[in-house]
Amino acid sequence: MLEIISSQWPSLLSGLWNTILCSVIALIGSLIIGTFFALLEISKYKVIRIIGSVYVEVFRNIPLLVIAMAFFLIVPMYFTKISGFTAGTIGLTLYTSAFIAETVRAGINSVEAGQLEGALANGLTTGQAMRYIILPQAFKVIIPPLGNQFINLVKNSSVLAFVAGFDLMYEGNMIANDTLQTIPTYFIVGIMYLIITLPLSYYMRHLEKKLA
Amino acid sequence: MQNFIDAYSWVNVRFLLQGLWITIEISVASIICSFIIGTLLGIIRYEKIHYVSAIVGFIIDLIRNLPLLLIIFFTYFGLPNIGIKPEIIPAAIMALTIFESAMVAEIVRSGILSIDYGQTEGALANGLTKWQALRLIVLPQAIKNMLPALVSQFISLVKDTSLATIIVLPELMYHAQIIYGQNTNYIIPMFVALAVMYFIVCYSLSLLARYLDHHMA
Amino acid sequence: MKKLWHWIALCAVLLTVGGLAGCSNQSVAKRDVLSADMKSKQITWGVKSDTRLFGLENIRTGKLEGFEIDLAKAMTKEILGKDGKCVFVPVTSGTRVPLLKNGNIDAIMATMTITPDRAKQVDFTHSYFDAGQSLLVKKGSPIKNIQDLNHKGAVILGVSGSNSVKNVAKIAPKARVLQLSDYAQAMTALKSKQGQALTTDNGILYGMASENPGYEVVGGNFTKEPYGIAVNKNQQRFRNKLNWALARLEKNGTYNRLLLKWFGNVKGFNYQEMKR
Repeated sequence: MLEIISSQWPSLLSGLWNTILCSVIALIGSLIIGTFFALLEISKYKVIRIIGSVYVEVFRNIPLLVIAMAFFLIVPMYFTKISGFTAGTIGLTLYTSAFIAETVRAGINSVEAGQLEGALANGLTTGQAMRYIILPQAFKVIIPPLGNQFINLVKNSSVLAFVAGFDLMYEGNMIANDTLQTIPTYFIVGIMYLIITLPLSYYMRHLEKKLA
Repeated sequence: MQNFIDAYSWVNVRFLLQGLWITIEISVASIICSFIIGTLLGIIRYEKIHYVSAIVGFIIDLIRNLPLLLIIFFTYFGLPNIGIKPEIIPAAIMALTIFESAMVAEIVRSGILSIDYGQTEGALANGLTKWQALRLIVLPQAIKNMLPALVSQFISLVKDTSLATIIVLPELMYHAQIIYGQNTNYIIPMFVALAVMYFIVCYSLSLLARYLDHHMA
Repeated sequence: MKKLWHWIALCAVLLTVGGLAGCSNQSVAKRDVLSADMKSKQITWGVKSDTRLFGLENIRTGKLEGFEIDLAKAMTKEILGKDGKCVFVPVTSGTRVPLLKNGNIDAIMATMTITPDRAKQVDFTHSYFDAGQSLLVKKGSPIKNIQDLNHKGAVILGVSGSNSVKNVAKIAPKARVLQLSDYAQAMTALKSKQGQALTTDNGILYGMASENPGYEVVGGNFTKEPYGIAVNKNQQRFRNKLNWALARLEKNGTYNRLLLKWFGNVKGFNYQEMKR
């Protein structure tokens, strides 16, 4: 096991870096897109609400692998060149944004309705009330679930292995195939995933307890 | 357009449906197994039995924090080291069960925690044993509380079966790959079919949950 | 105190898992595959299910078809007699060796090149098919041979775990190699322009070119890739028996008949050169 680490550490580290990079980009992207669709879902207008919930339901009910592969194979055929890393990250962003939309919506609903009314009575527009009053409070509530979403992102980013995205899992597959030391290689890869996810998940549990 | 008509020939659609059937079979088997095992593990973790709960809890945390792909590899390539040599389908069910049980255990534990401890105390005061109180009073209420989380976990499970293509599990995604691998004009029709089929299965699962939720209230 | 127990549990779990990972599989090494198979009257083969001409799942029937499938069936009959049964387990280049070592399968016949590196891990029979590595490109592509790809920015597609990606890294070190999980993925990726060329063995490429008229095999063979049947170490009796069966099939014409059946109509394939 040690010889795998000593001989393969450059590719393992670059894989780890790509995994983290992809997860962070996807987290930021899906936070933006997710918040947008959460706002659509609570709109006054029925048509906009429907658009929001169709988006959420579609991306929640289709496997991430299907979404990522579709971007990897279909986009370059008809539109533009796209690397496996980009395709995987876009797929991951869209997939996660549906879950984040649900989280944000629950967060907004947890803020009292009276606050919105108060803000409107004080002369703020709905958009301003959302921006300055409701969303900041909502985001506080949703920090623990967002942390859990980030852990899911790190785990789900392993789908990049299917689209040659040079993430940790892809590098692990390469090393396992190369050295034929399958179990030791995946053992090391597993430890590397745990280094990111395990402390984070314990911290999130701690945070949940503190906020509750 | 012609590609779509050709791609959805009966032969291809039947091949996709065969894959879908495997996906459903594997999902149902894994849902049942992981619900039973997950509930047991969740109770063990909740009960704070000396050492046992700590170790079980830690293993659950390890599994929950690893990508499912790794669990699949460990199951398919690692289990033979301890004398179990699963074929592809049992291996996929085992891997999904291991992963989802850990997820379910955590849902069950927080579901039980959400029930006021006063209820257990009341039940104990009325002469029920601890196990009876859990089984008759706490769990039925907890299951209702955790139904939404459980269902979205099971929807994830159905979607996650697609990852088992990596060990050549002949499920929906793999069958679609075989079809578009032989004729690349079929890529888009196949991805449309994949999206529709997975959506129908997963969405009906969430509709079922909504129905149950209304009727249990 | 609770924290401490967590750490102890951590160590215990790591040690157990590490122990399981470390200990080699005794039972597989000791088992005599040949006598076990003679007794059960069946041989379990690891084969490809996505490779045209060698091993491909038929969409109509759901059965596996190809040269390797037919050859495996013929060899099984030769070794076990008329009532011998074949069990086929679909494998990829990534899964085949772990499955063999674990004993899920008795032998690999899955377009596996005999190489010195692999021979350290598994034992090979004589070659049953002499392939060579080549390139598949879109018709009209400026790429004529492997040297055209040896520059920065070139992207070559391959299948992870195959020997061809290792070769290409040596011959065209400046090109970037994208490794996909199987040939269906790789061909689709080539069609969606994820790379300029797809590299693997000529036999597989001919199969792809015959199915995709806009693509052609170029540049000739730049390596020799003899395919062998892989068995576990310490299974000399089984390997010798496989060699014996292969030699008999070559002598009685079955081999040539199968070669003609699968490759007779393939453009670019020289039957006269390949027959035995």
